Amino acid sequence: MSNFFTSSIGKKVIMSLSGLFLILFLCIHLSVNLLLLVGPDAFNAGCDFMALPFIKVIEPVLALGFLVHIIWASVLTIQNRKARPAKYAKRCQSQNCTWSSRNMYILGALVLAFLALHIATVWYKFKFGEIHDHYEFVSGFLVQPVYGVIYIIAAILLGLHLSHGFWSAFQSIGFSNQIWRKRLEYIAYFFAVVFAVGFSIIPVYFMIFGN
Amino acid sequence: MADKILKELTLKIWRQKDAKSKGEFKTYKVHNISTGSSFLEMLDILNEELVAKNEEPVAFDHDCREGICGTCSLFVDGRAHGPDDDVTTCQLHMRRFEDGATITIEPWRCGAFPVIKDLIVDRKAYDKILQAGGYVSVNTGGVPDGNAIPIPNAQAEEAMDAAACIGCGACAATCKNSSAMLFVAAKVSQLALLPQGKVEAARRAKAMVAKMDELGFGNCTNTGACEMECPKSISIEHIARLNREFLKAKLKD
Repeated sequence: MSNFFTSSIGKKVIMSLSGLFLILFLCIHLSVNLLLLVGPDAFNAGCDFMALPFIKVIEPVLALGFLVHIIWASVLTIQNRKARPAKYAKRCQSQNCTWSSRNMYILGALVLAFLALHIATVWYKFKFGEIHDHYEFVSGFLVQPVYGVIYIIAAILLGLHLSHGFWSAFQSIGFSNQIWRKRLEYIAYFFAVVFAVGFSIIPVYFMIFGN
Repeated sequence: MADKILKELTLKIWRQKDAKSKGEFKTYKVHNISTGSSFLEMLDILNEELVAKNEEPVAFDHDCREGICGTCSLFVDGRAHGPDDDVTTCQLHMRRFEDGATITIEPWRCGAFPVIKDLIVDRKAYDKILQAGGYVSVNTGGVPDGNAIPIPNAQAEEAMDAAACIGCGACAATCKNSSAMLFVAAKVSQLALLPQGKVEAARRAKAMVAKMDELGFGNCTNTGACEMECPKSISIEHIARLNREFLKAKLKD
């Protein structure tokens, strides 16, 4: 395994595995979020479950997953930019690849900016604040149009990131061929829509029906 | 039926005296170009006019002019080998352009392919990757019988698809990351699929990827732009195979 992690493919494998790990986290996060639509009791029970010690120990691992994904993405992006010192005067990239596949780093950076806001406004208060009713806090928070709209935009950006990221993760570890490529691309779009709609339906719900 | 004539075309061409000089775009006009002529023939016409005027002709790579050698390059109007899919520049015809159009012609832009002169780039980097492992070691002796090693048809076809690579450099030139993965994948895949090449598959994948990284090509981000611009439409499924071969080889280390 010598110099595996410094090779181009090795670095992509790290991006792939950390990305898939983060997708797994998103699945759990979305499942708990959707309990908001069920009702206060269901969501509060979900929050209590997430506060259990065996879930808490995973938190540092999750933070590490984010860090690895962000650091390696930055390293890869810098190297990739360096690989073309002189730029083209005219390029028509829309002819040969999707917008999201070309702008993964920008999409990732925007999602990261949202993550920082989310940590400051919600996560920190969940963890260190004195919240008795989580449902009341979240519904009261998302009913504010500014946050509601930001959360919807972030959900769409995340969806775009995943529309390329999901299938790309499998391609990078070599799990793709003529048959599976199409399947993975469809699953990627499915995931993208599920996450974009799933995460944004909650602020929409509260903005329409209030808390 | 006679071909239509394009009365006037404006060409914005990258001119660069040599590798060390700073280049710039120069604008030229060509007149009465038949839509039946190839893009390179149009450049030949321009060059003849330039020579007649005692000006330096535009240097561009070309050889077979039938799409099999991979010598012609050119980034035409923002795309490798021009606006057509699945063709080399010599197979691109002037019927793809409108009369009065302005066409931007640039060399491949890729750190590992430095410009030598005008539109010609040095693609030795691909040769170096091939030298690192893109071959099958053959011992001397009698020629083995053609049918001695049975190969399933599907596998032979897939290997042939990868072997269609002509090493033109469009993949790295197109890739937003200047990654040479499609080229390396085609070479690794073509040999790894066949029994003769399988023996050295692990060593080959490691050596070729190491060389590719060393030469300063970027990292693949699976945009798929390379397969769209590849004149031989080599699929990025071969990149997945390269990733597999490389991972397998590294896990055994």
